[in-house]
Amino acid sequence: MNIIVPVKLVPDLVEELSIDASGTALDTAWLRMIINEFDDHAIEQAILLKERTGAHVTVLSTNVEGVDDLLFTAAAKGADRLIKLNGDFESGINNHTLARAMATILRDLKPDLVLTGVQANNDLDGSIGPQLAEYLGMPYIGYVSGVTVSGETVIVRKEYPGGLIVEMEASTPVLLGIQAAEQPPRYVAISKVRQMMKTMSIEELDLSTLDSTGAPVVNRMFQPEATGRATMLPENADNAANQLVTIFKELGVL
Amino acid sequence: MVTTAISNKPSFSQTFFSSLYKVENGERFRTCLQCGSCSGVCPFGYLMDYPPGRMIAGLRADEFDLVMESDTVWMCVSCYACAQICPSKIPITAGLMTRTKEELLLAGNVPTELQSALENSQRYGNPLGESPRKRADWAIGIQPPVTILGRDRRPVDVLWFVGDYPSYHPRVQLVAKSLAKVLNTLGINFGILGPEENTDGDTQRLAGERGLFEMLTEKNGKIFSKYQFEKIITSDPHAYNALKNEYPALGVSYPVQHYTQFLAERIDQLKPLLKQEIPAAVTYHDPCYLGRVNGVFDEPRMLLESIPGVKLMEMSHNHTNSLCCGGGGGGMWLDGFQWEKAHARLSEWRVHEAIDIGANILAVACPYEPPRFEDAIKMTQQAGRVVVKDIVELLAEALG
Repeated sequence: MNIIVPVKLVPDLVEELSIDASGTALDTAWLRMIINEFDDHAIEQAILLKERTGAHVTVLSTNVEGVDDLLFTAAAKGADRLIKLNGDFESGINNHTLARAMATILRDLKPDLVLTGVQANNDLDGSIGPQLAEYLGMPYIGYVSGVTVSGETVIVRKEYPGGLIVEMEASTPVLLGIQAAEQPPRYVAISKVRQMMKTMSIEELDLSTLDSTGAPVVNRMFQPEATGRATMLPENADNAANQLVTIFKELGVL
Repeated sequence: MVTTAISNKPSFSQTFFSSLYKVENGERFRTCLQCGSCSGVCPFGYLMDYPPGRMIAGLRADEFDLVMESDTVWMCVSCYACAQICPSKIPITAGLMTRTKEELLLAGNVPTELQSALENSQRYGNPLGESPRKRADWAIGIQPPVTILGRDRRPVDVLWFVGDYPSYHPRVQLVAKSLAKVLNTLGINFGILGPEENTDGDTQRLAGERGLFEMLTEKNGKIFSKYQFEKIITSDPHAYNALKNEYPALGVSYPVQHYTQFLAERIDQLKPLLKQEIPAAVTYHDPCYLGRVNGVFDEPRMLLESIPGVKLMEMSHNHTNSLCCGGGGGGMWLDGFQWEKAHARLSEWRVHEAIDIGANILAVACPYEPPRFEDAIKMTQQAGRVVVKDIVELLAEALG
């Protein structure tokens, strides 16, 4: 089974985000990138399938700062092939553009199964999974939290609101949007990642023309507005209780 | 007649045993008497499937793979009590316990809580997952301003390695501020690395992440070499241990002191300035990596006794047999895991000892301890009156 896992780096929320001078995009000066959490689960699910039933796992991502670490870490977990995609990502890239450009490359890799994170914190124009599936002509199932493979059939567990879990069957090739792997993404010792840096190589492929049509245009980006609705109660328990009673009375609760 | 082919390939136990020989004094593992002192003194030995003595027996019986199937080695807080008591002076903590954690970690058998601390240490240079850019934010507003070497570009006498918890943890930031006050009062020409400082990595090493430790040593070494200073001081015994005993083997070698040593050397200058009386019964908790591991017992006590009004008293575990606060060896990041196994915290045990002798103040000298002991006090009946203070907080208070 040939599994392809397209993943991306997204802004790391450990640093406060700021908006650049144009007012339409994030300021990249202090931006740190981190693997999209759901993509990390997609990698874990692929490795679990490899361990369970045998598979060849390819992880691919766009060539931006931090991608080498991401790919070598995936290799240390068990990925067999690493690919980074070259292109002009300077001005940012939306999912419409990326899906169109990646579809050509994915088609050539002839996947049986494509696993990708179900969403990402910078998906301004929809998640990439369904868009990729459309261009590849594959069925798509999203919000998946468990995958079993048997021959050319995959059985997936999909989560619905309210705790409902549904099992679905699909024939390969199929594209799955992973919500959670069956176990949390594993830890790999740094020494293993460093070993991969010495022994594994990352292939580079060029993305063809980047066509951004179809995506919405961002006119302006806003910081979340701070509101002043919280009231801090005094530390002294008696005073706090008195004030709380007054507030409840004012609100008509008491 | 049945003949069985005997494999020439060494077993896991054999390979592991020979790897212990590479540790300093590792050949002493052969001299284990199976006296069981290590397992008895270990604060969590009673609930380990394989306490240290049984681990050695497992190695000898060629059955160490059984040990590897158990997760109770993650109860080890690397406190060195076993190594300290061993009559054969076997390096149990540095060798056996740490190597076992390394093997478990390589096999991917890591409790999830610990995993995030390790990932944060790699990614952000601190186990708390805080922004590296904010590492010196605790020093904002201090007068005279704290020199940040990368920003202020001037040589200093003393490089203060602040460490993770004093940099980020709101409670321990108060300790950092107190040390800044004492250093400023003494007119010390000091500076910090601020955003360029990375976690020292020692506790990560003792939690089995050797590769991460080497990476962090390299990073810190590179930053140290950019600046001019005479010596390093730190309030963190774990950083002190790393800089003194572990970094030199990796080519990063600087004179280093724990702040209690640094201030004890200046006691003649400091003592006349301590005018504010602190009338209290004070007991001192010896941090494992300051006391037992590095033999610093007297300086912290000398500083406490120099404060007017302080009456120093000892808990039942003190000096070399001090009781671990539970934060070492990864324990700081395994609270849920260890609670699930033990339904007890070592910090609570320690707080009971402080209450038993009637202490008002539990004095500490390690950044893991204020939050650990303060949490323990909240969980302990009759502990209401005990307060936790780092020695330098008491000194800063006594300066008035």
